Order: sequence, then structure tokens, then C-alpha cells
Amino acid sequence: MNLKPTGLVLDKVAIRLGQRVLVELSATIPPGEVLTVMGASGSGKSTLLAFVGGFLEPAFSASGSVWLDGQEITRLPAHQRRLGLLFQDPLLFPHMSVGGNLVFALRDPAGASRRELAEQALAEAGLEGFFERDPATLSGGQKARAALMRVLLSKPRALLLDEPFSKLDAALKQQIRSFVFAEARSRGLPVLLVTHDRADADAAGGAIVDLGEA
Amino acid sequence: MLRAAPALTISVLLAPVAFGLLATLLPAFGYLPALGGNGFSLAPFGQLFQTPGLLRSSFLSLATGLITTLVAVIVVAGFVAGWSHTRVFRRLQHLLSPLLSVPHAAAAFGLAFLLAPSGWLMRVASPELTGFTRPPDWLIVNDPLGLTMMAGLIAKELPFLFLVTLAALPQIAPRGRMAIAASLGYGRIAGFLHVVWPQLYPQIRLAVFAVLAYATSVVDVAVILGPTQPAPLSVRLVHFMNDPDLSLRFMASAGAILQLAITVGALGLWLLLERLAGASMRWLATTGQRFSSDNAVRLLLAGIVVVSAMTMFVGLSILALWSIAGNWQFPDALPQSLTLRTWERQLPMLGKPVAVTLAAGMVSTLVALVLAIACLEREARTGKTGGNRALLFLYVPLLVPQIAFVFGLQLFFLATGLNAGFAALSLTHLVFVLPYVFLSLSDPWRALDGRYLQVARSLGATPNRIFWSIRLPMLLRPVLAAAAVGFAVSVSLSLPTLLIGAGRWPTLATEAVALSSGGDRRIIGVYAFVQLVLPALCFALATLVPAIIHAGRRDMQGVS
Repeated sequence: MNLKPTGLVLDKVAIRLGQRVLVELSATIPPGEVLTVMGASGSGKSTLLAFVGGFLEPAFSASGSVWLDGQEITRLPAHQRRLGLLFQDPLLFPHMSVGGNLVFALRDPAGASRRELAEQALAEAGLEGFFERDPATLSGGQKARAALMRVLLSKPRALLLDEPFSKLDAALKQQIRSFVFAEARSRGLPVLLVTHDRADADAAGGAIVDLGEA
Repeated sequence: MLRAAPALTISVLLAPVAFGLLATLLPAFGYLPALGGNGFSLAPFGQLFQTPGLLRSSFLSLATGLITTLVAVIVVAGFVAGWSHTRVFRRLQHLLSPLLSVPHAAAAFGLAFLLAPSGWLMRVASPELTGFTRPPDWLIVNDPLGLTMMAGLIAKELPFLFLVTLAALPQIAPRGRMAIAASLGYGRIAGFLHVVWPQLYPQIRLAVFAVLAYATSVVDVAVILGPTQPAPLSVRLVHFMNDPDLSLRFMASAGAILQLAITVGALGLWLLLERLAGASMRWLATTGQRFSSDNAVRLLLAGIVVVSAMTMFVGLSILALWSIAGNWQFPDALPQSLTLRTWERQLPMLGKPVAVTLAAGMVSTLVALVLAIACLEREARTGKTGGNRALLFLYVPLLVPQIAFVFGLQLFFLATGLNAGFAALSLTHLVFVLPYVFLSLSDPWRALDGRYLQVARSLGATPNRIFWSIRLPMLLRPVLAAAAVGFAVSVSLSLPTLLIGAGRWPTLATEAVALSSGGDRRIIGVYAFVQLVLPALCFALATLVPAIIHAGRRDMQGVS
């Protein structure tokens, strides 16, 4: 029996493309803390995230295991892992309203209160009354906050962030960054952040792993 | 269901072609027990080669295919070379796109009504310019060299090749390359042919082959516009196949094999042409010729495209006008009166062909859509693509001449008792509809940003829920567009409908082609107009429905 601590644990994870080892990593991310994985593009940091999230392309092969709050999730289908995913684009579903996006993420089945929960989450993010809005009409910062609230409504047990701030302009970057990290901390979520921006790592304040050159 | 989709799709594409070819091949060598052919012999071929004018018919088919394809490819390549990324290009793109849905027969009738000695052009010019008060005795339509037939085929294949080329173009990223060629002093056309075309052509090559195979064996356009003394091989084969004398079926099978050989021969000659053209271009590149002033050629190419598109539009308008024309004597440019009498008389007869056309079109399109989506969804979930082999499978029914395997398929269905049933008809339509549906849907399907799906998975949505609430709604527009393309293909299918339906399932396509011998322009106008309108309505719906469903969602409004 392998007793793992709470949080997100990467146990001797190694990802290969053919014979070449792209990433080798063992790490423990306690609840509410951030592990920043740095590396240039092509270093395999996004591939690491895909592996943890359950989206590894068949061209890659991986060994090692991923644990979340003491449970192994390496072989779970992606939709059962409960890992919240944020990319550099907010990726709000363009055919749904802002509220529709949030409702889609809700796990609680109760009908009428689903809308209320989504409205509450929007209000929390300073997006009061945005439920019926077309996502395309939101500003960059509003979209980023809506995307974060969407993730949080799905009650993830950890967050995976793939350069989520890289497309925001400097002022907004500060604001969204502290918003994301504060939410993660207050909910006790372990965060795995991949970025090439040293400032992201500094703002996250947690441990840093550098994958170095590709 | 998903797991079986690729195998099922491949069988739908290959099995009818394989069984059809086999069932054509056996009678061609004398074996068809149902008609008393129990042994093998070369007699059917002997009988075939004794048919008068066979050599000329065969040569007509070969020449029609090669010339049509060559002209269409040159015009498309030259036009894209000379005009891509210009405002003229965008305008003409909007002009050409709707022509894709025009059925071949309707387009051919439009051209005939325009160019014939008693056609609209002659009426406009007479008597003031020509002095004619009665139509001249010229063989413009049905000319012995098949020039009008080739013109009709070119006008119809141009939009197809153009749109295929347009779809492949972005993958080559032509702008940067052409800018470099221009900075080195090359003219637009020369620069394009040197630095873009060599990568572009392989992408559209199968579509070019399909055009070549189609043009060597076309029946409906040839019946309407082609020579009659003798007719191209494919037209004569249809007569043999429908002859009440059943013993002619052996010779017809031999003829179908000859048709296959002609198409294969045309492909062989085309491969030779490809090499010659490639070698010439490589040699030209070593000379460093810039061809920097190519404005005259560019104007000529744009002119050809405009004239060809306008010919279709005017021809189709004349067709519609004939259907409501009262008395319209030569050389009046317009009818003396308009009347709905032709429509009133034909309306009772239109019911069945319209119903059969709609039913066969909807059934085959729906099945094709389900199969294509199932294959693509499985590909997305497993990450396994069929690669180039899958693409070739899709093109098999388009590369084998229809007449070479559909005739055998008819004999096969006869032997199994399936003939003349609606299921057999729909299955046959499916064989031709599926490739087009698949080809139109696969690019937009694969182009959807996979991160949307990953986000949805991470939010806890199952693959099935993602399919229904993310993938399908986001791809609603291309799905409906693919359906419209499939439906248009089905509506225009005349030969397979004629052979498999055995006269019991008349469609607008078979009725229109059958009417061409009678020559009543008003009735032809009615049938061709309805045949034209059905797919056009479908395309309109395919644009309208997503716009309504996604109203108020700016990023879902499409670009064009």
C-alpha cells in the first residue's frame, strides 16, 4: 500500500516521445499551494499538464502515477479526475450564454437553483447580471474571470493552469493572477502552473521546477 | 456503434463498387446464367467492336475527359494565381460558390437554351445583327466535336475545382511565399506557379482525378449537349443497357469495361501530362524568367471565370423564364406573355418525382451524415486517423466511372431480388453522397480547437455529453452545409437512379434527362427549375438555421 499525502502528487512521472524523455518529475503539491513548472516552448511542460489532466496524445508514452488526495487518478478518464483546467485563452463556449457556460460546469443536478448558483458565482467575480450575455461581448478580463468561475463551479480538487495569464495585458495580468491564486488558496486547491514567465512563478510564491532547454 | 463506424463506412464505399465491377466483368465475358450465358467467351467484345462508330465514340469520351479537365485545371490554377487575396477574387468566390449546388442536367439545359440556334443569344442578336428571322440550321448544341458539351462540363466543374482549391489553399500559407516571389521580381502568376502550386496541386489531385473520371464517362450532360452521330460511349452504353433485347446486356457489359479502360487510359495520360508539366516548370525555373507583366493574362483568366459563371446564371434564368413563357417566337428576345399554364399542367405529374427525389436525397444524406460523424467522432476520441488510405477510399466511388459499376450493381441487385427497391436506390445514392459529405465535414470537424473539448472534460462532462452539447452545436454550420452538399449530389444523380430504379423510381434528374429528347422547352424548364430549386433551398436552410439557433452569439456567426 502506497500512502500518499493530501494534495496533488506526481510520483516518478516520465513522459517520452519515442526514445526521447521529455519530462521527468516527482512532486507533491499540498492543498492551497502552487507548483510552477517553467520551461521554454517545446520543453514538454504542456505535455506534462496533458498527462496529468488525462489528455496525453497517443504519440507520447508515459510512466509513473498521479495521485489526488490519496487516490490514484492516473488511469481515470479525464472527466472523472476533477482537475480544473485553464488555458491562455478563456475558451468560453461561444454558442452558450455566459451563464450557460457556468451552468454547464455545475455538478449539482438540482434544476431551479442551478441558475442561482451561477448568478452567485458571477457576482463573486464582479460580473453581476452577466448571465444572459454573449461571451463574445465580454472584455478580456471579464472573460478570464468568467472562465475561472466556470472551473470553480465544477468543484475541482486541483487546478491545472497552462500559461493562463500570457495573453493578458500587464495591468490585467496582475489583477487576474491574484484573483486566481486567492481563489485557489481560499478553497485549498493544489495548483500546477506551467509558464515561461518568471513573474508568474514569483506571483505564485510556491516551489519552482525548471525543465530547462528542450 | 462508434467502433464499427469506419468499417461500415468503408464497406458502403467499396462493396457496391467491388460487387458492381465484378457483376459487370462476368457478363462482359459471356457469363450471366440468368440470361443463358453459362460459359466464358469473348463474343460480347466481338459484338461490341462491330458496333458502327465505336472508335469515334470512345475517342470522344477520352478527348472530352482530358480537354475538360485540362481547361478547368488551367483556369482554376491561373485564376487563383492571378487574383487570390484581391477584392475581385472575393467577389467571384461568392459568385461561384452557389453554382456548386446546380445539378448537372439543369446547368446543361440552361446552356442549351442559351446557345442553341434558336437559343436566347441568337434571339437577342436577331434579326438586328444577324438578319435571321428563323433559327439558322447550325449544329451549335450537339455539335459533332462535342465542343458545347465540353463547355458545359467546364462551366460546371470550374466551381467544384475552385472550391476544392480554396479549401486547400490556407494550409500552404501562400501569402508569404508569393510576397517573396514578388520581391524577387516574379509576376503574380509565375510566382504562384513556382512557389505555391507544387505544394497545392497534390492536395487537390484526387479531386482533379474525380473530374477526369466523371468527364470521360458523363451521361446526362452528354445526352443534353453532346454529339449524337455518334454519341460519346457512355450515352450509347445506356441505350444498350435499356434495350428491350436482353441479349444486348452482354455487349453492354463489355462496353462498360471498355469505358473503364478509357477512364483508366485518360488517368494514365493525365499522369504523363503531370510529369511533362512538372518538368517544364522546373526547367522554366532554371531560366529565371520573371513574366513580371502578366496583366493581360490575368484579365483573360478573370474574364473566362466571369463569362463561365454568368453563362450559368443567365442560362438558368432563361430556363426559369421558359417555364412561365406564353407565346415566345423566334427572334423575340422575351416571350410575348407570361403564363402559369405549363406549371398547372405539370404540377400533377411533378408530385412523384419530387417525392422520390426528396426521399432518396434525405435518406442517403442522413445515413451519410451519421456515418461521417461517427467516423470523425471516433477519430477524435481515439486519436487514430485513417490517413491517406482513408482519403483514397473516399474517392473510389468518384474515380470508377459510374456506368462501369452501377450497371453491374443493377445486375447484382437483380440476382439478389433487391432491384428496383427504394432501399437499393438509397444505398446507391449513398455511395455517391457519402464521399462529398465526408470531405466537406472532415476539415471543419478536425479544425475545432481541441482545448474546448478538454475544458469540457475537465468540467466533468462525459464524451457523449460533450458531443451533444459542445461539439455538435459548435459545428452545426458545417454539419448542415455538408448535408446540403450531400443532398445536392443526390438530387443531381441521374444515371444511377435510372439504372437501379429501373423506371419505377422517377426523380427530377431522370425525368429532366428523359425530357431532353422531346425538346419541349416549357416542360424542361419546369423540371429543371424544380431540380435547381430543391438543393438551393437546402443551402439556404443550411445558412438560415444556424443563424437562427445561434442568434445573439457573435462568434458563431461564421465569416462569409
